[in-house]
This record gives sequence, structure tokens and C-alpha cells, in this order.
Amino acid sequence: MAEAPSLPAGRAIRLRIDSDGWIKRAFMGVIALYLMVALALPLYAMLSKSFVTYSFDLARYEFQVSDESGTVWGEPVSAAALNAQLGKFSDADLASSTDGRLSVTDFFPDFSFRSPVKYRIRGVADNAPYLVGLDLRNSTEWQEFDSNTFRRINLRPVASTGLQNYTEYFSNPVLFSSIENSLYIATISTVLTVIFAFGFAYAINRSCMPFKGAFRLIAMMPILVPSLLPGIALIYMFGNQGFLKGILFGQSIYGPLGIVIGSVFFTFPHALIIISTALSISDQRQYEAAESLRASKWRTFWTVTIPGARYGLISAAFVTFTLVITDFGLPKVIGGQYNVLAIDIYKQVIGQQNFEMGAVVSVVLLIPAIVAFVVDRQVQKKQVSLLSARSVPYEPKPNRRFDMAMLAWCAAMGVFIAGIIGVCQFAALINYWPYDLSFSLRNYDFNKMDGGGWGAYWNSLELAALTAVIGTAIIFTGAYMVEKIDGFKTGRAVFQFLAMLPMAIPGMVLGLAYIFFFNNPANPLNGIYGTMAILVVSTVTHFYTVGHLTALTALKQIDAEFEPVAASLRQPFWRLFARVTVPVCLPAILDISIYMFVNAMTTVSAVVFLYSTHTALASVAVLNMDDAGDIAPAAAMGMMIFYTNATARVLHAFASRSILRRTQAWRVR
Amino acid sequence: MTEPKAEAQVTAAAEEPYLEIEGLWKAFGDFLALRDVSLTIAQGEFICFLGPSGCGKTTLLRAIAGLDPQTRGSIRQGGRDISDLPASQRDYGIVFQSYALFPNLTVERNIAFGLENTRRPRAEITARVQELLQLVGLPEQAKKYPAQLSGGQQQRIALARAIAIKPGLLLLDEPLSALDAKVRVHLRHEIKELQRKLGVTTIMVTHDQEEALSMADRIVVMNHGRIEQIGTPTEIYRDPATLFVADFIGETNRVATTFSGGSVRVGDTTLATQATGFAEGAAVTMAVRPEDVLPHAGGHAGAPLPNHLAVRIEAMEFLGSYWRTHLSSPALGATPLVANFSMNAVRRLDLSVGAGLTVELPAERVLVFARGGDNG
Repeated sequence: MAEAPSLPAGRAIRLRIDSDGWIKRAFMGVIALYLMVALALPLYAMLSKSFVTYSFDLARYEFQVSDESGTVWGEPVSAAALNAQLGKFSDADLASSTDGRLSVTDFFPDFSFRSPVKYRIRGVADNAPYLVGLDLRNSTEWQEFDSNTFRRINLRPVASTGLQNYTEYFSNPVLFSSIENSLYIATISTVLTVIFAFGFAYAINRSCMPFKGAFRLIAMMPILVPSLLPGIALIYMFGNQGFLKGILFGQSIYGPLGIVIGSVFFTFPHALIIISTALSISDQRQYEAAESLRASKWRTFWTVTIPGARYGLISAAFVTFTLVITDFGLPKVIGGQYNVLAIDIYKQVIGQQNFEMGAVVSVVLLIPAIVAFVVDRQVQKKQVSLLSARSVPYEPKPNRRFDMAMLAWCAAMGVFIAGIIGVCQFAALINYWPYDLSFSLRNYDFNKMDGGGWGAYWNSLELAALTAVIGTAIIFTGAYMVEKIDGFKTGRAVFQFLAMLPMAIPGMVLGLAYIFFFNNPANPLNGIYGTMAILVVSTVTHFYTVGHLTALTALKQIDAEFEPVAASLRQPFWRLFARVTVPVCLPAILDISIYMFVNAMTTVSAVVFLYSTHTALASVAVLNMDDAGDIAPAAAMGMMIFYTNATARVLHAFASRSILRRTQAWRVR
Repeated sequence: MTEPKAEAQVTAAAEEPYLEIEGLWKAFGDFLALRDVSLTIAQGEFICFLGPSGCGKTTLLRAIAGLDPQTRGSIRQGGRDISDLPASQRDYGIVFQSYALFPNLTVERNIAFGLENTRRPRAEITARVQELLQLVGLPEQAKKYPAQLSGGQQQRIALARAIAIKPGLLLLDEPLSALDAKVRVHLRHEIKELQRKLGVTTIMVTHDQEEALSMADRIVVMNHGRIEQIGTPTEIYRDPATLFVADFIGETNRVATTFSGGSVRVGDTTLATQATGFAEGAAVTMAVRPEDVLPHAGGHAGAPLPNHLAVRIEAMEFLGSYWRTHLSSPALGATPLVANFSMNAVRRLDLSVGAGLTVELPAERVLVFARGGDNG
């Protein structure tokens, strides 16, 4: 038979894009644009900022001084020459920041504002800015001033790009030691959390101990509070006036010890969820095989259980590590003099107003976060393939001694977690620790404290509600467009990348990037700076990835042939979206919204640089009240967040159940 | 003389082309899933795309549906060039293997999905849904959700939804393969009946030859992205154009041999054939279907009759309506010959394992194919 073995020359046929196709692309474009503006551009602004240094370039200025008559002028002399003569400023002294000012009178030791001597100044380069009072001048023409005005002249630094910030950072032993400190506490916390969480997950999945449900609930409590709350509890327990201070044998809780204990507390549920999932997918048959081969329990544990859960363990370790190393609230509250990277960013930005150095530390902090993120994604992919294998779920058999040991382990963790929350609650409800232990609601009278008062709480509630509603809508729609659009491969890949990126960006880094991007007067979006809008945008963006993945998982479970069917029935995609996709995905949509809500209530790092006086937030108020020494009110505000999130969770559970009953009747056969 | 003419006229009317596929190619990277596929389908025809998995039949269907456009080539439907039209602008209804029923909508809402949003009055939609439910024989199930129906019922709802909008073309993508055997046979007839009643041009993709043979007006047999043969079920079965078709559809005994003077030689026996067009001495494969091996009583004295072979029964399998019998013959050497003998023949000739008999391979049933293609 004569064959035509190869494709004839010509162009590949491409389908015309119908109105649906255009609308989908437009939607995806809008959300991609959102991610560009809310993520990519700010990060770019921050990155470029980290390479910018400000210094006074003295060679750019020339002075001329008159005699006492004010008419006879001396030779022009450059500021650099004067400085060399006087030996007044070293190069390091001339390094500056955006706000730096250098008084010109420093170059004239004989200067007196009463003298009749007149002064002239001019720039010899294009950019030679100086201030006359508050008035910025930048001119290469000679400007003449009497001495009284001349003393109000300040040189302004000029920007240049280069690696100077980085060199400075890495040659500064104090800053550099923060890297070591961060890695140290993150490593120790990770090891401890993974061990504790593994034991807990093992007890829940592999034993027949009682009260599993209660333990599960307790283990999830840390998710509902800001990460700095355990810090406050630890101060009450082990701080200078702590009632358990004795058992530390003189060790101070302020420092690595406190950070590690608190980190274990707040990362515990995150690690637990991942490890528990990994343990729950193990195959009963492997254990039966091990038993039939007469392997000891110990050997079975190391040859079957641990390898089976290895992806979960690795993933949990990286998630924990990232959470600890990027956390800011806890070291702020209980870190004492112990510096970590996240604290450095805060100090550089809020304390010293050195935004460029803050950007440098942010870039440094990005590295471990991105590494952890990449490793985690690889591991997750492998875990998924394990999940899809058909296996017989493991059924634990009762074993009294083992079950009791597991119960003891979980009880210990339960007491630790409930204890931390309990201490905060206790602290919030008593009059004045440790002198007046009578009951009082005085600490809830936030309006009498600094930090934003009850207004901060209402702001937080507003932020959480807006984040839940807007965030869920954006995330779900975006995920739908990525998953269900046909063709347009490059666009989808770019979108997917942008949607995954937030997970690798620590909240503080995002916040700082927002300062650079949105606080720039040249930015047309400058108006949202200092409003609730920027808080919503940053929170939605910060927590985008988990929501996106949840939505994708739900969408992947939907029959891929719905879209072709709807198209063949000549129905627009949005009708299918509204009538079928959204109702079918409602459980996932509710999950995304509660996730956004809870995180918006508790986050500190994503918003600490962005709130303004009229958008103070509860979580930030906890931080600020603690900073101001109002620890009990800080605990009380922390508990308000806890109540709110707990209530939201309960409402969410009820809402899901009733909505599911109404809209998902089809699930029941 | 008048009768054949009338028939010819009917055929001509029926063969007014509705779907014209010309020179279709589909490349996935370096892999060619369709290679120069051309095909014309008449109005009202029921066509099956048949072939093993990976042969390109689903790719061809998806190209027709505008879900995965072809790389080269054109498709015309009802005189309109639809080569680059998106799915929503083509005119077809589709039923997938998964049915793709919307799980959260009741049966009636599923069927009404394509009718709503078209400015039709509600009463008309309700009436049409009822009519469709009657048509597929499920008038009682309107308020149920898909998950509450059996697989066969879901399939019929999917069908009702697809034909609700009165499409010019009905596409069925392995619609029966997820069902169990009994339901499948039953639905085959129902779908065929429905198609006849509606007169809608239909293309069904299947890998099940029985399905194709029993339902199709014409079958398109595909392999490696190419069309092997197009023909009615009997043509395909009786006169397979290639060894692949002979092998894929039904069963066949094959013997490698050479062609000489209109016959092929098997051992010392010459088998006359009706094959033409092979060069003298050409290497060919002789094929004969098991049911075309006819048993004759006992051994035969004297010179062997043309197209007769003396054989011995090596094994017999009882398959209900017939015996599948493995025969050996000195003429065939080690190559076994499989024959399907009817119950009656076995009883009449008193056949049992070890018995000798003569079988006839009728000349018109001995098929000859060129040897050495990719379809060995």
C-alpha cells in the first residue's frame, strides 16, 4: 500500500476562539493581572530596592564663599575637597538612606549664621539634590544664600545600584548572626515538631486509644490563634514573674528556648495534618505481609511504617521549617535579644527606617523559603501517586499497653496545647498578675489601651470577612480558568506559576514589597496604601496558594467532559459554571473561605507593615500591646481572635452541613 | 430491470454527503494519531469507527467535534466548512463513555440544559423533556438525580440530553463500554432504533466489533491512524480488504504461502481461490475463517478433491451453539487449523477427539492477502 508517511507541509489548524473562549481568557487575564500587581511587581520592586544604596556624593557639589563684605568671592571648591581637607566624614559616614540629610555647614568650621559672609552652592553633575529648608533644589546654576539661610541647607543622598547593601549585610556580624540563629531555631523546632506530631498522628491512626475526636480538636486549636500567643503564655509561665519559672533552672525563656517551645505549639497542627494524611493512606496488606514473615513490631515500624510515611515526614519538616523561619510574631514577643531574620526585617524597616537593608534581609529570608517550597512541591507530587494506588486501609487492633502509651503521649501534647491557650485565657481574666488574682474583665477594655482598641478587633473581623469572600471568589475563578480553559498553554503555565508563588513568599517580605510598590507616589495604585483594601489584597495574596490548590483538587475531580457537553449544547460556559461547577465544588469553596477567614484573623507578618492608624488589626494589636507592656490585654485580644475563629469554624461546620444537605442531595444514593 | 434501478436511486439519495472529511492529519508532537484520513458520510447514516485502542478513532471523533482540532485537513458538515469552528459553533450532540451527566441536576434539568436559555417558553421545554423521556423509555425518572439511576438509565439520559437540541449529527464515544454485557446488548438495539426513528446522522466510536457489526450501516475500520477499510458490516466481514481487518473482525486461520495460477499451495494440497491481482509466485498469506471450514464424513479414498484437506481432530471446546475444534493436517505441518462445527454437524458426523475427517475450504471463502505489511 502506498503510504504518505509524513505530515504534509502547512500550518496547523487552530480553532477560532468563540465568545466563551474570549471571556475565559479575559477572566484569566484579569486575575493574572491581579497576581502581577499584587505579587510579581511588588516583589520586583523589593528586589530592585535591595540593590539600591543612598549616599552623599560630595563630588557633585561646589561651594563659593564671599568675604565679609559679601561681594568678593573666593575660588569654587568642591564639597569632596573640603571634606578631604577637614577629614570630617569617612565613606561609611556618607552612606545614607532615602531620608538622609547632611548639613552643609559641616564643611565650614568657621561658619556663623550671624556673619555677613555669603555662600554659593551649585551642582556640578546632573543630579545634585539639596534642601533649602524643606524646598528641594537641584541645579547646576550658582545659588546664593546669606549665612542665616545657608545653615538651613542640607545635602540629599543620591541613589546608586550595586551589591553594596549585600556586602554590608554580610560583613555585619550582628546581622549575619541572625542567619545562624534563624537556621538554629528553625532546625530544632522542626525536629521536635515532626517527632511530636508523628507520635500524635501515629496514635490517632494506628492505635485504638479513646478520645481520638477530642484530641483531634485540641490539636487543631493552635491554628485559630496568632503565632505570638504562645509567646504570651510562656511569659506568664516562665517569664520573670512566671509561676513555673523555677523549673527552668535559671534558663531564660526569653530567647531561643521560648521561640522553640512556641514554634512547636503553632506549627504542630500543620505538621500533624500532613503526617496524619501520610499515615492514613498506608496499606494494611503490607503489615499482614510483615506479620506473616514474623517481623518484629520494631522492625515493621522501621521497614514499613516509616518508609510509607516518608513523603509526609519530609513535607511536614519543610512546611514546619518554613513556618518557623518566616515567623515574626513569636520571636518579637519572646525572643528577647535573640535576633532572627524576620525580626531584622522588622527592625530595619520600623526601627531604623532602612528600607533597603530590610529588602536585603528579605531576599536572604526568601532563599530558605523558596528551597523549602520547591522540595515540598516535588515531594507532594510523589505523595499523590502513592495516594492513587488502590490499597486496603489499615485497621488498628486493640493492644492495651500500646494504646495506653499512645494515650499518655497524646494527653501530654493535649495538656501542652490546651495549657498554653488556658494560660492565656487565665491571664486575660485576672485583675493584675501576680499581685491581684481576682477575676476581672478589665483586660478586655481595649479602648483604654494602645494598639487600636476594639476598633482593631472590628477591623480584623472586616478584613477576615472581606478576605474570605473576595479571596475565595478570585481564587476559585482563577483555578477554574486554569483547569478548564482549552489551549492557551503558555498563559496557563504563567498563571499557574503566579498562583503557586505566594506559598514561597514570607508574609513580611510580601508586606515590605507592598511598601516599595504601593507607597511609591508614582504608582497609580498609591491610593490604596494605608486603607483596608491593601490589607485585603496582601492577605488574599499571602494565602492564595493553599486555596488555589484546594480549588484545583476539587475541579480535577469533576468530569472533564462537562465543558464539551455544554459547548455541544451551545450553552455558554458561565451557565455551566454557575449551575454545575460551583454547586458541585461548594464543599471546597467553603473550605477555602474558612481557611482565608481564619488566617486573615491571625496573620501578623503579612500586615504588620501595611496597617495604618485607622486600619489597626487585632493580631497587630496583640503585638503592640505586648510591646507596650500590656501583656494581659494582649492575651485578652489573642483570646478574642481565638473565640472568633472557633465560632467561625463552628458556623462553617453548620453552614457546610446545611448547604450540603440542600445542594448536594445528589450525593446520597 | 426496474427494481435494481429503483434501488440505485434510493442509494443515490441516501448518499448525498452530509459530512465530508478530507485529508485529516493529527500530530501529537512526533506521533501521528491520524494519517491522511478521508471519509464521506451520508445524511442519516449510522457509522461506526472501529479499531483497537490507539488506532485514532477517538482522535477522529474529537476532531469532528471540534474538541481537539486536526493538524491538517478539512471537515465539511452539511455543506458548511467547520474545519476551524469551535465546538460551540458546530452542530452536534455528544454522549461520552462517562455520560458526563451533571450530578447536581435532576434528570429533567439535565435534559433541559440545552433547551433553557434559548427563549423557549417553559411549558414547551417541559413538554419536550417529557417527550424525550418517553423516547428513551424513562418517563418516571424525571425527578431523580443521576446517581440514583443505573448505568444503562444514565446512558439513556445522556442520549436524551444530546438529542434534545435536535442536532444534525450525533456523536457517541464508546457509549456502551462502561455497561455490563446484558445491558449493552439491550441498549444496542435501543440506540439503533432511536437513531432510525430520528434519522439523525450518527457516528459511534467503539472497539467492540460485535457492537459495530450489529449497529452500523457502515463501518470504518482504523489502525495506526489510518483507515483500513470502509464498508457495510457484511462487506467488512466477508471481504476484509486487509489482513488486519480479517484478523480484527472475527477470527481467522492464517497460513503463509505463495500465489500461483489463481491458487495457493498448502503442503501438497492446492487450494483454489477467487483472488486476483497477485503476481505469479508472490508471497501471500492465505486466510480462512473457522466457520468456513466445512466438515465432510470420514477419510476419502483416491485423489484428494480440490480444496479438500484430510485432518485429524486434536481438541474440541464446547462453546454453547457450536464446537470450536482444533485440527491438524500433514499438509499444514505445525500450523493448527481452527474450525467451528455446528452441534448438528458434530452429531451427524460423530466427531470426537482423535477422529479423522476431510474438511473443505471453499474457494470463494479462501482469502488471500499480500504478505509483509505492518499488519502481521
